[in-house]
Formats: sequence, C-alpha cells, structure tokens
Amino acid sequence: MIDLISPFLIYSAIQAATPLLLAAMAGVFCSRVGVFNMALEGQMLVGAFVAVAAGYFTHNAYAGIAAAMVGTMVFSVILAAGSTWFRGNPVVLCIGMNLLASGMTAYFLRLVFGVSGTFTNPAIPLIPRLSLPGLAALGPWGAVLNNQTAVTYVSWLIVVLCTILLFRTPIGLRIRGAGENPEAAVALGVDVDKLQFATVVVSGALVGLGGAQLSLGAVTLFSEDMTAGRGWIALVAIMLARDNPVGAALACLLFGLTDALGLRLQSFGLPNQIATILPYVITLVALVAFAKRKRQLA
Amino acid sequence: MDNILEVENIEKRYGDLVANRDVNLAVRQGEIHAVMGENGAGKSTLMAILFGMIRPSAGTVRLRGKPVQFASTLDAISARIGMVHQAFKLFPSLTVWENIVFGAEPVRGALLDRKAARERVAALARTHHLDVDPDAVVGKLPIGMQQRVEILKALYRDAEILILDEPTAVLAPAERDGLLKIMRELAASGKTLLFVTHKLNEVMAVSDRVTVMRRGEVTDRMVTADTTAAAIIRAMTGREVSHEVVKPATARGRPLLEIDRLMVGNAAKPALDAVSFAVHAGEIVGIAGVAGNGQAELVDAVTGRRVIDGGTLTIAGTRANDLSLRERRGLGMAIVPEDRHDVGSVAGMPAYVNMSMGKHRAPPLSRRGLIDRAAMRRHAETLIQRFGVAIQGPDTRVGTLSGGNLQKLIVAREFDHQAPVLLVEQPTRGVDVGAIEYIHRVLVDERSAGRAVLLISSELPELLALCDRILVLYEGRIVRELAASQTDEKEIGFYMAGGKGA
Repeated sequence: MIDLISPFLIYSAIQAATPLLLAAMAGVFCSRVGVFNMALEGQMLVGAFVAVAAGYFTHNAYAGIAAAMVGTMVFSVILAAGSTWFRGNPVVLCIGMNLLASGMTAYFLRLVFGVSGTFTNPAIPLIPRLSLPGLAALGPWGAVLNNQTAVTYVSWLIVVLCTILLFRTPIGLRIRGAGENPEAAVALGVDVDKLQFATVVVSGALVGLGGAQLSLGAVTLFSEDMTAGRGWIALVAIMLARDNPVGAALACLLFGLTDALGLRLQSFGLPNQIATILPYVITLVALVAFAKRKRQLA
Repeated sequence: MDNILEVENIEKRYGDLVANRDVNLAVRQGEIHAVMGENGAGKSTLMAILFGMIRPSAGTVRLRGKPVQFASTLDAISARIGMVHQAFKLFPSLTVWENIVFGAEPVRGALLDRKAARERVAALARTHHLDVDPDAVVGKLPIGMQQRVEILKALYRDAEILILDEPTAVLAPAERDGLLKIMRELAASGKTLLFVTHKLNEVMAVSDRVTVMRRGEVTDRMVTADTTAAAIIRAMTGREVSHEVVKPATARGRPLLEIDRLMVGNAAKPALDAVSFAVHAGEIVGIAGVAGNGQAELVDAVTGRRVIDGGTLTIAGTRANDLSLRERRGLGMAIVPEDRHDVGSVAGMPAYVNMSMGKHRAPPLSRRGLIDRAAMRRHAETLIQRFGVAIQGPDTRVGTLSGGNLQKLIVAREFDHQAPVLLVEQPTRGVDVGAIEYIHRVLVDERSAGRAVLLISSELPELLALCDRILVLYEGRIVRELAASQTDEKEIGFYMAGGKGA
C-alpha cells in the first residue's frame, strides 16, 4: 500500500486530471448558459489532433496549443450556431459532432500524415514542464506539484477565474440567468442567442487546450479516438457538481486519481483490462451514490 | 389632471382576426386604471402593444403627449413603462437582488458591485413598502413575494407606468389583499397603474376608473365610484349576468365520499393530520384554506396520486385506499383538476380525443379493443353542443382554447360520467365571468341530481355561493366546519389564518 500511494501517483493524477478539468470548465459554462454540451469528447479530440498537427509543422508546442484552441473554437460553431440561430436540438448536434470528430481526425491523420491508428514523430514538441524551485525544496511530496506542464498550472488558475466570472461578474449573472429562464433574460434586454453562441465558442478554447495537454503534455502523439471517454467523464464531473466549477474540478481530480491508480495497479500485476475499466467503475459508483443522496434530499 | 398615456384608434389584425379594433384609452397620471374584459376581449393584446411586445396594425400611442413607437420591450422599459406578467419571468435559483438588477447591474471595475446592488434593492423595497429580503432565493419564496420581486424589477428600472396583467389570479386571498394595498400605495406615490383583470370585486375595491373591452373593442369607460358591478358586467358580456346562484333545496342523501382519520405524510409533520369528513348525496362541501395547508395532499390522496399513510377513504361505499385511480373512477368518481393544461387535457390532441378519455376503453367509443373515431367525434359533438363549448369542431386541438372554454370542455367530459362523486378543484380560476356563471350553474345542477360534490377553491365568494358546508383546512387539519348560509368571508378568513374558535 505504501508503494501504491506514492508522490508519483499523485503527480500522475494531477497530470491526468488536466484535460478533464479544462473540458469540465467549458461544460459548466455551456450548461449554465442553457446549451447542454455533450460534444466535449469530440471537441477534445479535435483539439488533440490540431495540437499535434500544428506542433509537428511549427516545432513549437505553444503554437500547437494556440492552434488547438482556435481549431476547437471553430469546431464549436456547429453547436453554438446550431442550437441558437438554427434552433437545432443540442443532443442531436452533439452526437453528430462526436461522430464527426472521430471520423474527421482519422481521415486527416491518413490524408496529412499517411498513417492510420497512431502518429508519432520526433518533430512533435512536448509542452515544456516548469520547474518551480520552491517546491523542489520540499522533497518528494513537494515534487507532486512540481514539473507539471504550464497547461496544468494554468488550468487551476482557470478554475479560479471561471468561478469569479460565473459568480462575481455581470456577464456571469447573465449566463446563469439566461440558462435558467431565457424568456426572462430576453425580457430584460439580454440577447440570449448571442450570449449562448459566444459562451459555447469561447468555452471551446478550453476544451481545445485540454486536448493539447492530452496529445502534447504527457506524450507526443495522436492516435484515433485517443480521448477515450475523457469528454464524457468531464460531463459526469459537471453533473456530479451540479454545474459548480470548483466541485467539478474536484470531481475531475478524483477521476484523474482513478486513472493514475489504474495505471499504477498494472505495474502491480493487475490485468491491463481491469486497470482500464477502473475509472469507469468508480464513475458509475459515484453516480449511483450521488443519485441516492439526491433522492434523500428530495 | 393630465393624461400620461393615451391610446388612439389602435387596431391589431392577425389575418382576418381582429384582436383590437378602434381602441381608445386615456390613463391619468397617478391613477389606478382597470382594464376589464372576458378572456379573448383583447386586453392582453392591448397591453402587449403598450409594452412593445407587438406592434399595432394602426393607431397611435401617446406617452406624456408625444407619440411613441416601441420596437421591443426594451424601448418600453426605457420609456419608463414596466409590466408584471401573469406568468412571472423570474430566475428561481437566483437571489432577489440578482433577479432585480439582472441586465442593468451596478459594477465596480469588471466585477458586480454586490454591496451597491443589495443596498439599492433594499432601499427601493423600503421606499415602496415592498418588504422582501434581498438575499432570499426567489424560487423558495411564496408566490406573493415573487410578485413583489417582479414589481421591484420594474421600479428598479424607474417605471412610472406599471402594467399588472391579471396579478391576483395566482394569489391566495391574504396575498391578494396585500397586493391591493401595495397598488394603492404605489398610486399614492405618483405611479400610474394599469390593472388588467376580470375580477369585479377587485376593480371596485381599488381602481379609480375602468375601461371595459369586449371582442376587441372598448365598450365602456366609467369612473369606478359612479358605477356598479352590474353595469360593468353588462359592458363586459353585453348581457345581464346573474352573479347570484340559485340553489334549490335538496334532501341530503347517504354519504358517497367518506374520509376517516386520513393521514398523509410523515408522522413528525403530516401534510394531512387525521382529516375526517363525508360528502353526502345532494350536497356541495367546500374546502377553504390558504394554499399549502393540505388541499393539494387531500386531492392527491383522494385521486390516488399519493399514498395514504393512515385512515380510510371510502368511495360510494367501497374502501378505496389501495385502488388505482382508474379503479376509483370505476367506483363512481369524476375529477375536474386544478391544472387544466397539464393534468386535465392534452393540448396537442383534438377535442374529440380529449373528450373521450376515460370512456375510450368500452363501447360505444371502442369496439373489440379498437377505437371508433367516428363514435368519438359524435360523442364530442354532442357534448360540445350540450355544454356550449366555443370551439370550431371536434377536430380542433384543445391547446388553442381559452381558459374558460377549456374548462367547459373538461367539465363536460367529467360530468358526462354521471359519477356519484365529483371532485372539483379551482373550477373558475382564470375563467371569465360568463363561463363562471355557467360552471356554477352546472355544479348546482349536479347537486340537484343527487351527486356528492367536493369543491376545493381559493375563491371565498365562490365557496359561499355554492356550498352547503365549508371545511377550513389549516396546517393539515380541519379546524372548523361552517354552514355556508351562516358565515361570511371574514369568518372563513379568520380560521384560514389559524384563528382559534371561541
């Protein structure tokens, strides 16, 4: 057990939580503004692909990150415009986006890089890790927080900023109100369509950032459907936290931990397949426990 | 006195339909001006024009002497007109102050200035005696308080003219009296109020002048002090409507609906606490009470929507505690529910389907398990004619009907069962004068025909006019039984508020 819960496990958990966290913040905003975003999975996949492609051609990790954010914002226009001005059903749009992202990235993988399955190349840059001197001095447990990618540090800053934006600014108030009762918001002069469009598109940048962390943070590769359900897990975190950014961030950390734990248990001889299903089993247990508690409250 | 608002020859057409024709209205600064009319008289259209929700086809609106044209409600708001809609436009999960400042928030830098917002809301509430806690979550407030939030929203935006669209329809009697008081105070402080309603007693109690509409036209203008209720009704309906209900003497028969020591809810704080009463053949028994004192639970327990936790429910002599609603109806019970849109009808389905429900399983409306649409249409046509439902035909979808006509349709369906027990909930809420008169008459006819009627109503005049006995529910108990002929609104209200009898 001592070996199992090591500083490295926590380090991996924080690393694994980063893409979830970013997607969850985006999902919280979409949900609050009244567009339930089930396309986080597809958005993240697009972000991961664009990050690798742009990183490969520019040899610059930050260019990869920037491209991933912009690319995912463009992709998000499907949901943003579809659910507002075109009055489409968000669920249908999101299912389409997830299928499209999966097929489109596989297609471009073959078209641009001539491979199928996984693309890896030394030219793909890794996001630099930041070494913070103060933390290194704290020994192995201090190292837990040290040497993460810049994206990881920024993601926790984003959680704080999102909380302030949502609960302490006029735009946050309007986002919360527009989602709860759009008619009332319109009556008070808020252009709900515009607000929803902007929220969905801008929050897409966060998911793209998460995608970039996934493909350039711990590894430097893109493989088909490499998001492997992370977008859905982020969605679960949002629902567990009932659209609260801090709660969703903590839920993501828990899921990151189960992810790291699964990997760690593999090295203890646990079959690979069981290790991979662990995060999902824990997710299901969390959902059931939460549903029970909710019923008691009601 | 000057007219702050003048409407000249307003007309609004939708194709061939004329919603407003040649409407003129003059409203003076600081008065409470009632706009009365039955459902479909064009009041709502006129208000929607004044608040910039729709544009008139012709005519002029003058505000403080100058002609104005509103492209949206925002134009109306900036012209200092406010509106409190019948269905509130609030954010239930947000606090009172958040609801009020929404869209016009005070800021400090990039952040909301929460302190300033709270203070301004509190100051506004104090000035206008609209006592409400700025930090309360709106969804947890009672309806009357939510309405105050709506009024404060308009005042926060400096409204000088306040349009109140059927504001009392959703309120309990005590809340209604509170609102009428608030309205008087607002008018005294110089605000101008446009009060849309079809409740006569409120108009008589609070308004300075009345404009009456019928079928899209203004039929009369009166000074409230110089007119009578009968004159207003004549202008609204174009005929004499008797407000008096004539109740022939009936012999009280055997008990058909018996409720004995009925318990609902947990033991610590039961929603219904050992409620006992019986409704006999040939009588109407009323349930009075402030909303939330157990009426909903009583109806749910009788209709089987809620489990009975103790005591017995007997319908027409048979214990019905554990029976399904279909089985209970089979024993001889018909129900006119409070929520006629979601419970009483299916908006998207035609009238003939709605009117056949409950009879659709057996001949003549179905044969060998298959529905006979032709028989249903014939059935619906008969009922439409007999109950005078104003509807194009049996194939019209019921979602298009006005409140009064939809209620007539439901009453027609339910009374046609000729069930010995009738459970009738808020039969005239949001229904116009003509339909009220009709519904009251058929209820009395049912009583004469020997049915046992249980009437749940928040309208005390209705209970007094129709019932033989009135039971007052307070905190889940029947605190008082009153003979309708020997009591009045004041006494009922006393017990509704938890007053103890001598």
